[in-house]
Amino acid sequence: MSDEHKEERRSDAPVSAGGLHGILAEYETPSALVAACKKVRDAGYQKWDTYTPFPIHGIERAMGIRMTSLPWIVLVAALTGLATAIALQWWTNALDYKFISSGKPMWSIPANVPVYFELTVLFSAFAALGGMLLLNNLPHPSHPLDHKQQFAKVTDDRFFLYIERADERWDAAETHEMLAATHPVTLEDVYEDESTPAQVPGKIVLTLAVVAVVALVPFGVFAKMRTSRNTEPRIHAMGDMDWQNKFQAQQPNKLFPDNMAMRAPEPGTVAADEHVDDDHLTTGKVDGQFVRTFPSSFKIDEAAMARGKQRFEVFCAPCHGMSGNGDGMVAQRASALAEGTWVPPTNLGLEYLGKMPVGQLYDAIANGVRNMPPYASQMSVEDRWAVVLYLRALQKSKAAPASELTDAERAALK
Amino acid sequence: MAQATDVNPFDAAPKGPNAFAQITDNVARVAELPKPPRGWYIAFGIALTLLSVFGVSIGWLFWTGIGIFGNMNPVFWAMPIVNFVFWVGIGHAGTLISAILYLLRQNWRTAINRFAEAMTIFAVICAGVFPGLHVGRPWLPYWMFPLPNQMSMWPQFRSPLEWDVFAVGTYFTVSTLFWYMGMIPDFATFRDRSTTKVRRLAYGIAAMGWRGSSRQWHRYERAYLILAALATPLVLSVHSVVSFDFATAQLPGWHATIFPPYFVAGAIFGGFAMVVTLAVPARQFFGLKRIISVGHLELMAKIILATGMMVGYAYSMEFFVAWYSGSDYEMFTFVNRAMGPFAWSYWCMIFCNVVSPQVFWWKKMRTNPWVILVVGVVVNIGMWFERFVIVITSLSRDFLPSSWGYYTPTFWDFSLLAGSFGLFFTLFLLFCRYLPMVAMAEVKAFHPSAHAHGDDH
Repeated sequence: MSDEHKEERRSDAPVSAGGLHGILAEYETPSALVAACKKVRDAGYQKWDTYTPFPIHGIERAMGIRMTSLPWIVLVAALTGLATAIALQWWTNALDYKFISSGKPMWSIPANVPVYFELTVLFSAFAALGGMLLLNNLPHPSHPLDHKQQFAKVTDDRFFLYIERADERWDAAETHEMLAATHPVTLEDVYEDESTPAQVPGKIVLTLAVVAVVALVPFGVFAKMRTSRNTEPRIHAMGDMDWQNKFQAQQPNKLFPDNMAMRAPEPGTVAADEHVDDDHLTTGKVDGQFVRTFPSSFKIDEAAMARGKQRFEVFCAPCHGMSGNGDGMVAQRASALAEGTWVPPTNLGLEYLGKMPVGQLYDAIANGVRNMPPYASQMSVEDRWAVVLYLRALQKSKAAPASELTDAERAALK
Repeated sequence: MAQATDVNPFDAAPKGPNAFAQITDNVARVAELPKPPRGWYIAFGIALTLLSVFGVSIGWLFWTGIGIFGNMNPVFWAMPIVNFVFWVGIGHAGTLISAILYLLRQNWRTAINRFAEAMTIFAVICAGVFPGLHVGRPWLPYWMFPLPNQMSMWPQFRSPLEWDVFAVGTYFTVSTLFWYMGMIPDFATFRDRSTTKVRRLAYGIAAMGWRGSSRQWHRYERAYLILAALATPLVLSVHSVVSFDFATAQLPGWHATIFPPYFVAGAIFGGFAMVVTLAVPARQFFGLKRIISVGHLELMAKIILATGMMVGYAYSMEFFVAWYSGSDYEMFTFVNRAMGPFAWSYWCMIFCNVVSPQVFWWKKMRTNPWVILVVGVVVNIGMWFERFVIVITSLSRDFLPSSWGYYTPTFWDFSLLAGSFGLFFTLFLLFCRYLPMVAMAEVKAFHPSAHAHGDDH
């Protein structure tokens, strides 16, 4: 350790024309200091302090230091932390972005307890350190004592007692005499520190101000972006998989003469399983005319009728009703709501439908009609014909003359 | 470390007219002598090499993606999680020593608490790296925090993984505050002893104008007590929450109520093992044997023995509960642990964690620093294997035999583990050289001559 440097920093002479600030007594043992403390305390001094390298057991009483209010600050912080944790979890998970997890309620206190605990401790810890610094008036960069050479030992092995001149009971001679009677190793006057500027240098203030303003810029950008109406995609620092090295459907592609990435099938291409060479069966038309007969490969029997009934009840009945009267549940609901866009489903029992070619009924099922959607993707060719078959049976049941019934049936109706 | 040619200046008797000055000199010269001992340079060289391995591994991971890991169906949680839990566990001894032993008035803690706290913080830093690395998209870890974002989504607070974010984050923050507050008076000592402007400025800023006023000491001690009281339940909560990551899952071998206390005991065990692993060479290199005595090491050896028995109890209790549960899956999992394809890791764990600490029943063993060092290293290895056993054996063979598999770590799995040690030791060696390694003010306060005679109470 270079003593030369120390000399420069800590000189015993008054640094400048600064006035007397106080008187400093130095002791070699904690016991000597504590004994001196009691004297100063009993003499009624207020603006005085002791400086020691470590906390001395029992010195609070010897100095008359009252219990600090720090625990109350920490309690307030703890409750703030708890309230923050409750509000945070309630607002984010039960209010702003609701979703169910593991069948727990939206607002499930037991699952939120760990975070309550953690934030309570976190806030309290900040308050304990911050409150300690605040109450201790730290950071405290400069002090008149810093100019006393012997005071450098305060963080090593020496014990000091300092009485400020600002104390009401201060009397230069009397105070000196009282401290001299406690047998200090040294007893010296301390002068005001005028070498250290009272104000923080302007350069530092300016730098801090600039840093503070610059630090706000990203937050300003975030705030702007959050309210932006820009339709461009968000800024991607990392592309994730949003941009891939491939051609997409509507993009140009110079590899092909037509400059299109999407390839149309060759004319006449038929997908596997798609084509059966029987227009009567697959389209319900022959030479552009709707057929009036069922296709020859479609076998009309009781199984086909049952299948048609079952499919009809799945796909048709919701709108057209179980008996085809156009009063299905969807239709009833839509009429109740009286939506202007709703086109009521047709009553399938109407006479003109009974005379319509079966090919046209088939075509309506496969390709849709008016706002009825096509069912080709949901019903196979055979199922469509089966539904047409069942539909014919339904129509017949509505308009059948009594002469067409068997005797047994007529008897049953009576 | 005494060399053939020159004498280690750190071994010289500390200067000073009294016990307090000698304590100051003994600790402060570690940071003040112009050159650290040769052992420090060797250790620092190794640590920096490992740190660069860490950097390269992370760079390659970010460039390539997590496909470089050995994680594969069904073992999707593998070494990154093992390493995370391992480092978090290590990070428990420091705050335990600072907080719990403080509340219990175990004054011997003052010799070791500072660097145990430093160890805690560096271990939690190492731990914190792995969750960020294993998510696969390392530019998205901010999703873990409740930050307003362009997706208008919030984290899921009913998930143990989210509790982990808060538990580990709070633990790191509170430990750092506690550590820093403890160092304020020692920074002031360094400031007052400084001989260069840079040191005076740096330590002066860190000390914030601390001058040892008794009125300040009063609030300081109160704040320290409050922080200790806060950190005590915190230290118990952190590894409990980490254990919830496993215990709330339905997987046999994870779904156990014993996990929180079992994890906490294991963390203290592993943490103390790391403290002795660091303390033995540190006191040797830096001439701190007067402050960190064999008596201190012996006390830590006793804690290692006691906590080692606790984890041994937990291991056996897991087997008992698996049998007592009557669940075929649970029973199979534990039979599989001891006799399945990963039996080698299980028995390695049992040897390291249960058998090796038994040497501390003999006083001769627990007062020999080098035996303590060896056991400390062995226990660290064992605690790593404990996490390996829990994660890998349970995942690799769960309910459905058709999806069973074996886990083989890759080179990069190991290079990240080794690299994290590089980060840890680099930080620790820098700490030894530049920060007060022993809490001087606290050691002085418990010195016999620190007591003021005739105080009136």
